[in-house]
Amino acid sequence: MPEPLPPAAPHAVLTAAGLRKTYGDVVAVDEVSFDVRRGEIVGLLGPNGAGKTTTIDMVLGVLTPDAGRILVEDLDLATHRSAANERMNFAAVYSPLPGNLTVAQNLEVFGLLYGVPRRRERIAELLVEYDLARFRGARSGVLSSGEQTRLSLAKAVMNRPPLLLLDEPTASLDPASARDMRARIRDFVAREHAGVLWTSHNMHEVAEVCDRVLFLSHGRLLLEGDPRALPREHGQANLEELFITVAREPLSLALE
Amino acid sequence: MRWHRVLAVFLRYLFLLRVSPARVFPLFVWVGIDMVLWGFLTRWLGATGGFRFDLVTVLLGAVLLWDFQARVMHGVATAFFEDVWARNFLNVFASPLRLSEYLAGLVLSSIATSLLGLAVMLLVAVPLFGLTFAPYGLMLGAFFLVLFLFGIALGIAGVAVVLRLGPAAEWFIWPVPAMLAPFACVFYPLSALPAWMRPIAAALPPTHVFEGMRGIVAGGSAPVAQLVAGTLVALGCVLLAAWFFARVHRYAVRTGLISRYAAESVS
Repeated sequence: MPEPLPPAAPHAVLTAAGLRKTYGDVVAVDEVSFDVRRGEIVGLLGPNGAGKTTTIDMVLGVLTPDAGRILVEDLDLATHRSAANERMNFAAVYSPLPGNLTVAQNLEVFGLLYGVPRRRERIAELLVEYDLARFRGARSGVLSSGEQTRLSLAKAVMNRPPLLLLDEPTASLDPASARDMRARIRDFVAREHAGVLWTSHNMHEVAEVCDRVLFLSHGRLLLEGDPRALPREHGQANLEELFITVAREPLSLALE
Repeated sequence: MRWHRVLAVFLRYLFLLRVSPARVFPLFVWVGIDMVLWGFLTRWLGATGGFRFDLVTVLLGAVLLWDFQARVMHGVATAFFEDVWARNFLNVFASPLRLSEYLAGLVLSSIATSLLGLAVMLLVAVPLFGLTFAPYGLMLGAFFLVLFLFGIALGIAGVAVVLRLGPAAEWFIWPVPAMLAPFACVFYPLSALPAWMRPIAAALPPTHVFEGMRGIVAGGSAPVAQLVAGTLVALGCVLLAAWFFARVHRYAVRTGLISRYAAESVS
């Protein structure tokens, strides 16, 4: 019998309810519930080992939660994984596209996997939009970090997913490339009215980009709110100070 | 089953083959060498006389069919290993691709590469050593079908083992055809085996193929019932292997193995 879901937020593209994942005695994610709405960028924050990637893996369907449910729009991931995955896409700094395929071949293969309509036209469009046209015949593995990130992002948006999962998408980029990347993502969200779940350790970036943030620590969701208002509400000067407090003294915040 | 996703898995492998001599080379070189080596051996043995059957048809033909089966298995495994080597599991399994579509893509890749290997073997064995399959008639199709199905089953079971134990487990699966060969009666009749090996040999679908080949060349009738049984067992092996792969995949998704696969290895 699946667990009942709390009422979904209006326009929720992702609803996670009561997610829990353990590895032996280690509780990686504990009773985490949240949603992501259309047109919204939600930052998933927390120190290393807080459970961010575990949460993203569960949403992607590559890790089964021990408890809890995930809905992508109206589809239950546990029973409709393939259809739910058609409505999302992702880019992660630790999962580059195969380096032995060219840029165009990677987009071709993933275009087929995601069932992208009018694939050739879409690829041509993305090559221009993500400034990859001159690399179309180059093997992805020889591209710079910035170029590879642009390629990962082009793949992530190619099916115009209602839900975009980005795990540290700017981690290996210089400040100019990172700014460029943020602009592209915001532009995609504005155009497609997509929801984004974004993990990052760069608090300036999060404050600039995210509409809402979720703070995880030791697998638990400690705080949720507007990244510009949240630090003040907890007596911190900025989001970075709040992050450090969460990392060092999660209990003090949990008890507030 | 969405065929565009099956095509994606196949196309990924085809893209790699098109530009990589290092990948294309093993597809035909080893089987070509096998044909030359066994071709000369067969010719020499035939010249010494004393055989009541055509040695080329029986011996070289058997080597060709066995190599074909090994190519089918390696075809599935190699296409899978491209995802292992490229650390592509997360990209693949976080896409809408279903397991059945992934396996179908691996099988399609294997069909392409094993047919290439078969063509090379025929190009060497037929003109150089006079290999003919004419005595087998329509039964030849059944021989190939049984070996193809069993090769697919071995390939899928092998990649499931690698998925479960990690990339280092590849060394467990490459020698599988060589380990099965003594039981499969490729070069000698079932009766030549000691008693304890016979039940194992009889349970392997390829044994029925090679027994059938020798029976036909010796003037016997087509072993239809034997091959039907062999085909059904081989088909059962494919289903069993697919079930095993799905079970391992479920384990991998439960434990998080998929997303951190590159770090896993046989300990």
